[in-house]
Amino acid sequence: MPVAYIPRTKELYSDFKPYQWVVNETVPWTPLKKPIAKSKIALMSSGGIMYRDQPRFHREDASYRRVPKDAAREDLNIWHFGYLTADAEKDPNCVFPLESMRALEAEGVIGELSDPAFSFMGGVYSARRIRDELAPKIVDELKRAHVDAFFLVPA
Amino acid sequence: MTSALDITQSVKAPRAVFVNFPLGHQTGKPNDRGLQRSILLDAMRAFETINTPGEIVKLPYIWDANDRSWEEIDYTKGWLPERPSRDAADASEAERVAKYAK
Repeated sequence: MPVAYIPRTKELYSDFKPYQWVVNETVPWTPLKKPIAKSKIALMSSGGIMYRDQPRFHREDASYRRVPKDAAREDLNIWHFGYLTADAEKDPNCVFPLESMRALEAEGVIGELSDPAFSFMGGVYSARRIRDELAPKIVDELKRAHVDAFFLVPA
Repeated sequence: MTSALDITQSVKAPRAVFVNFPLGHQTGKPNDRGLQRSILLDAMRAFETINTPGEIVKLPYIWDANDRSWEEIDYTKGWLPERPSRDAADASEAERVAKYAK
């Protein structure tokens, strides 16, 4: 059975002001223009991944990190307060499937993995800051890179 | 990619793929290349097969067929460990930065 995370989050953070869940009434839709095997795909995770000595994330941090697509596993670090990071620290592919996507690119399952990949720390209370500060910057990145599809992995 | 079905239903992503795993494992278990690959293949396929905006494809993976107790405790009070002290966090951060300074 899927876990009911909205009630659990309310309970876990019951000492805080109630979180204003994003409830969207409509769904944005962009048709896929080409098969995945011909598409350029960008990866982003909210798991709080930092490359080498990039600045650490902090609470209410709406910034993001650019992670080179050829980054080695030992050059990836994680900071996030809102999920159990132990397994992702062992293997970032649990939440940031960079190696898995590279393998699919090498096999020709996807056309191209866009460089860089992106990460932010999803534990930001303000949905408005994600929408108005973070999202437009990511959209610019994706447009500049001419990506065909965007694969998001929330952690 | 999601493991939080209710949140994704509320947000209404254009296309989504659901895996019923504990948070922090949306794209698989650590060092299980076969599972990670399989989940990613399903996710990539969903880009092509989902035709209805907001559709969520539920994948059949099971975290542990003999033990579903994680569903009772994931994201409940006491589930997250204590945060390290500020000093301990600063020390580990200094160590990380120093590691790459060479």
